[in-house]
Amino acid sequence: MGEYTNEELQSILIMQGFSGLSLFSVLLLMGLGLALIFGQMGVINMAHGEFMALGAYTVYYCSTLTEKFAPAFGPYYFVAAIALAFVISALLGALVEWLMIRHLYRRPLDTLLATWGLSLILQQSYRSLFGAREVTPTLPEWLMGSFAIKEGLDIPINGVFVLGLSIIVTAFLILFLFRSGFGLRLRATVQNRRMSGAVGINTGKVDRLAFALGCGIAGIAGAAFTTIGSTGPDSGSRYIVDAFLVVVSGGTASLLGCLASAFGIAQAQSILEFFLDGTKGKVATLLVIVLALMIRPQGLFPSKVRGH
Amino acid sequence: MPLLLRTVFKTRGEAIAFGALLLLILVIFPIFLPVFRLNLVGKYLTFGFVAVGLVLLWGRCGILSLGQGVFFGLGGYCMAMFLKLEASDPVTTSIQSTPGIPDFMDWNQLTALPTFWEPFKSLPFTIFAVFFVPAAVAFIIGWALFKRRVGGVYFAIITQAIALILSLGIDGNQGYTGGRNGITDLRTLNGWDIRSENAQCILYFVSCSLLFIVVLGSKYIINTRLGRVLVAIRDREDRVRFSGYNVAMIRTFVFAFAAMLSGLGGALFVLQVGFMSPSIIGIIPSIEMVIFTAVGGRLSVIGAILGCLIVNWGKTTFSEAYPDLWLYLMGGTFIAVVMFFPNGLVGLLDKIPTQKGRYSQLIARLRKPPGSPSPDEDEALPADGTNNPSIRSNEHQ
Repeated sequence: MGEYTNEELQSILIMQGFSGLSLFSVLLLMGLGLALIFGQMGVINMAHGEFMALGAYTVYYCSTLTEKFAPAFGPYYFVAAIALAFVISALLGALVEWLMIRHLYRRPLDTLLATWGLSLILQQSYRSLFGAREVTPTLPEWLMGSFAIKEGLDIPINGVFVLGLSIIVTAFLILFLFRSGFGLRLRATVQNRRMSGAVGINTGKVDRLAFALGCGIAGIAGAAFTTIGSTGPDSGSRYIVDAFLVVVSGGTASLLGCLASAFGIAQAQSILEFFLDGTKGKVATLLVIVLALMIRPQGLFPSKVRGH
Repeated sequence: MPLLLRTVFKTRGEAIAFGALLLLILVIFPIFLPVFRLNLVGKYLTFGFVAVGLVLLWGRCGILSLGQGVFFGLGGYCMAMFLKLEASDPVTTSIQSTPGIPDFMDWNQLTALPTFWEPFKSLPFTIFAVFFVPAAVAFIIGWALFKRRVGGVYFAIITQAIALILSLGIDGNQGYTGGRNGITDLRTLNGWDIRSENAQCILYFVSCSLLFIVVLGSKYIINTRLGRVLVAIRDREDRVRFSGYNVAMIRTFVFAFAAMLSGLGGALFVLQVGFMSPSIIGIIPSIEMVIFTAVGGRLSVIGAILGCLIVNWGKTTFSEAYPDLWLYLMGGTFIAVVMFFPNGLVGLLDKIPTQKGRYSQLIARLRKPPGSPSPDEDEALPADGTNNPSIRSNEHQ
């Protein structure tokens, strides 16, 4: 680092830190969905990345359809596409839960394997339906460009947008979990499934909604992802290990932990990638996480919930 | 001899299954298959070493490692480094700017052999490293994690991350490891050409014999007290711990043993295939190794080897003919196996009611009070979930 002046170093840190915030947003949204599903049902969803890819493809198709049939709608379609990405991923999630996951509850290792089979099938489906090449939606004008804060320091608007989106989703999720009737039932089921069943909560329905919600958030993550990179059949699988590490190192089922570890991992990766090269930065980040997990396996904010 | 057989095989059925596998691999394949196909089968069988380790680790002890590719790769890379050094003697590499070092190092402007390559000039050290390096790495990882009672899903995710780290690390250090292309163009083992048809036949039989030794050894372990403790740890970890067993040490030992077997498989893979690359040790191959085991049967050593043969054979034939359908088929098979036959194809055999089996089930039912768990240990897998140690172990902290 010797060859940089102090000021340059500061700019680099801010720039890399900011590009880390985009990665943070995607990781956070992925991690929230995974943590919700894992915390609620003990299900490890290896196909989570494919739900994210589904959200990204939804945005892409909305963009092509808008261009073709309603070019005037161009500037606004993106917001509708995010909502649609949520709905479509959540619907597929509910279907998958009904067909597969509900038969595997309390066998976490088996759900891990079965959902991996599902992810293979989904990836191949994307390849057959949407083609093997990577696609990018046409983003509306207002998402392009950047603010210039000062000389040599540009903040891209799409980064700000994605960050805002993930903050809104997180806020909604927290409100939903802690201020709604469904959230109350969900938390009750996580804490004591049998007792919740005994007091009349339909735990099966809670599970299905929670799984759908988690998958829907993955869909939003995919929509956010389209502003950062292009989407291919296997873009989901590129993020899945990172997303799992976010959940595990945050302490499972802890929203605060998820937030903190997504931030830490994204920033470490983004800053290290600048000073080491791409893969070395990633390897260093992963190594640090794994070593940290060996020392503190329960994660940053372990949940205090007793076993089911 | 009969006594030994009885220690290794509990039932006549197991001995017959073993005999059938022996016949298939040692007699039928070599007679009917051309050398090219035989070499492919030999390659599939090297995954059998990993599968045997996974049967002990996952089926018997309830620990799922998604990083067995790491150990396969470590063993394979040790062997590949030795072969590469032998293939790059100063005479054959005289056109390089630095003769005597592997070609990919020369392309990456390295002028001297890295220090960690030096010991791999010796064959005895290489053979030692093939066993010891994977075992030592597994021991460190296992000890760090099991001592803190990390198990189940957490262990699976951490081992998966380690697989990613190693494959990215090898990928990114091209000068030292050959990078994404891996270590290729391997020719001789101590002067013996490993690419000739004759050598491939011999290597096939060598890996078969080693596999059978491993199978017998593992079956022996399963039938000893250690094997029973493993199952006990899988089903009721806390009770085994309260009874005074060092659960962490036993798990670490099994993990290191499985890693050693994987490393041996990796070394034999390199000898038969002639290259090693990070694409063989990443996340997807590591999960595929779990699939072979699951499809064949996670509780049965012989079943797991059959799983390796069947899935790999299917992969080769189907992905040649219908590359698109193969992933659907693979994914679908895997979901079906996990959902409907958790004990794999071999588990299906247990479902066939035999006269003897029916009586013994009836007697067992009469002896046990109603509502108690089934006496069949295979049925007591985490399938019912209530006693699954994996997730609970972490929540008790």
